[in-house]
Amino acid sequence: MGQHGMDPSAPLTGKPSKKTQRKLRNEMRTQLISFVLMIFLTSMAFISIASDAIPTGFAMPFILLLAVIQVILQLYVFMHLNERGNGWPNAMIWTGVLVAIPTVASLMLLLGIVKW
Amino acid sequence: MSNAKAQSKSVLWDWLTTVDHKKIGIMYLVAGAFFFALGGLEAILMRIQLMFPEFSFVPAQTFNELLTMHGTTMIFLAAMPLLFGFMNYIVPLQIGARDVAFPFLNALGFWLFLFGGILLNVSWFVGGAPDAGWTAYVPLSSESPGTGVDYYVLGLQVSGAGTLIGGINFLVTIINMRAPGMSMMRMPLFTWSTFVASMLILFAFPALTIGLLLLMLERIFGATYFAVDFGGNVIIWQHLFWIFGHPEVYILILPAFGIFSEILSAFSKKRLFGYSAMVFATLIIGFLGFMVWAHHMFTVGMGPVANSIFAVATMAIAVPTGIKIFNWLLTLWGGRIQFTTANLFALAFIPSFTMGGVTGVMLATSAANYQFHDTYFVVAHFHYVIIGGVVLGLFAGAYYWWPRIFGYKLDETLGKWFFWLFLIGFHLTFFVQHFLGLIGMPRRVASYLGGQGLDTMNFISTIGAFLMGIAFIIFVVSIFTSMKNKVTDADPWGNGRTLEWTMPIPTPEYNFAQTPLVRDVDALWYEKYEGDGKMKAAEPLGDIHMPNGSILPFIMSLGLFISSFGFIYYHEGFLWLAILGLVINFGAMFVRSIKEDHGYHIPKEEVIKGGK
Repeated sequence: MGQHGMDPSAPLTGKPSKKTQRKLRNEMRTQLISFVLMIFLTSMAFISIASDAIPTGFAMPFILLLAVIQVILQLYVFMHLNERGNGWPNAMIWTGVLVAIPTVASLMLLLGIVKW
Repeated sequence: MSNAKAQSKSVLWDWLTTVDHKKIGIMYLVAGAFFFALGGLEAILMRIQLMFPEFSFVPAQTFNELLTMHGTTMIFLAAMPLLFGFMNYIVPLQIGARDVAFPFLNALGFWLFLFGGILLNVSWFVGGAPDAGWTAYVPLSSESPGTGVDYYVLGLQVSGAGTLIGGINFLVTIINMRAPGMSMMRMPLFTWSTFVASMLILFAFPALTIGLLLLMLERIFGATYFAVDFGGNVIIWQHLFWIFGHPEVYILILPAFGIFSEILSAFSKKRLFGYSAMVFATLIIGFLGFMVWAHHMFTVGMGPVANSIFAVATMAIAVPTGIKIFNWLLTLWGGRIQFTTANLFALAFIPSFTMGGVTGVMLATSAANYQFHDTYFVVAHFHYVIIGGVVLGLFAGAYYWWPRIFGYKLDETLGKWFFWLFLIGFHLTFFVQHFLGLIGMPRRVASYLGGQGLDTMNFISTIGAFLMGIAFIIFVVSIFTSMKNKVTDADPWGNGRTLEWTMPIPTPEYNFAQTPLVRDVDALWYEKYEGDGKMKAAEPLGDIHMPNGSILPFIMSLGLFISSFGFIYYHEGFLWLAILGLVINFGAMFVRSIKEDHGYHIPKEEVIKGGK
């Protein structure tokens, strides 16, 4: 490397600007709220299966729904997919989902006992 | 580890360790051409066997092996690598990049493909090649005796990993490495179709990987995914195979569409008609390609609703494809058409491919499909789209880009002989096969009885195959006899429109001394008319950072190659060999991870000298 450009792994020096500080504070709040929400959703999922009061017919789609919410939170909050400059990863992930859902859904129907 | 200069190396070592996209592209082209000749030879042997009724040129078992290896070789080891060769060489040049995003991975992808291809063909010498068809339907493949199908499974697994790596590399390259000013909607169509084909690779190949893994576990380790008496389901393989297999045919045809778009526009001296419609048609074909796989399985017994849905989805693909055909015709309309060999292939493609498309819509009619299924009608259809589309595209691309890649022009007279013999041979071989299929000749049979109306058409078909063989020999001869037609001009056709025609021939290893500034679609053409005919630079001249070569991709691939033998002969007690191969593979990965390699710089003075 040497004379060619900066060393990207060098530690940062100096204080962040006011704007950056505000941004970091906001992000911290979002992260904490999402963290609490994640724990809450996970316990909801656990309770709906562990408790006998909730029928299985309701619990199964319910925990699938919770799982979807958690995946989205995970991707967008904890893995920062919502930040600027992530347009392509977003596009590719959603294209994959768009292709996979009809494929898997119709595959399940086609492999079933019922002939459509 | 940053060297001031690359060390000088022997020629062999240079090619074994290269990470230069141009050299890797050339290696893809050479290896692909070898496998293309091999697959062609297998086809000729099959056609000789079918020349006369009850002929005994090759035994039935050998015929099954020939037909399996012909299909597998042509799809995985010839068509795709040849396209990858052009993509590797041309796409970085078309987007104004100095290399692909991951040069090391690019080399790894090539060596994995080559070792996978060699592995597959080793089977010929050790107890017989795979014999269950290129689709390897279970239980035929899971119960097939001998080691042939094991070679199929592991050979495709290794080369498939290489393809997946290559596809991801192209995606990242096209997204991240475009020159300033080249927005997505200014990319040449070949780059666009490479991009969409790479997306298809990314989403489709995992299904093949899983299918092959299940088949390997079933054959070698006694799993029962497909064994009905243990509660398995044989249909799962067909679904997995075609979820991969149908996008695969678009992975082949879309880059060919891109090649034709470049050539038709260059040799009619016109901008491509309906550029944005072409881009969206490519995207739509790519998406719909995932939604139609079950049309290969209409007779499996999926049920009338499922059959209808897949029939309609399949027919829908004819719409974006039709848009493309009309756009090509309108590109030609009023253009100053030059009948070079490259353009002849592109012009012949339009009617030939349309015929394949029409039989495709016929096959998509699920009720009629019960009549066509597994007859020569299907054979005629897919050869019309693959030869009439992909192979004509490969030859067109070869003639068009040959001066850029190899520094000389292929002889036009021999080229026209080659073109006409090949085109006539192709139609002679496959046109009659439509009718063979309609009167009931099943595909994949080693022989047939005389006096059933099949004799004459089979004879004609074989003559056509000979013509294609002779044509290909003329092409190979012309490669060697044309070497004196050296070109040095950056734009040897005189009507280049895109960035690959802006650097000197032979292409410098850093491609662009200065990254170009792109101001419109057809960047070079724009500068010819609105500027001074030269690309404007987007950066000052400076030292150029280059990656170091490495032997590690070769060693990693060799490790998997050795390991595959260990798995194939697992029951003969060769588990240690499988482990040894994996140790070599992971060892090379470990070395790659801990060894820092920052590449080297070509000093500015040398770049200035190279430009002169």
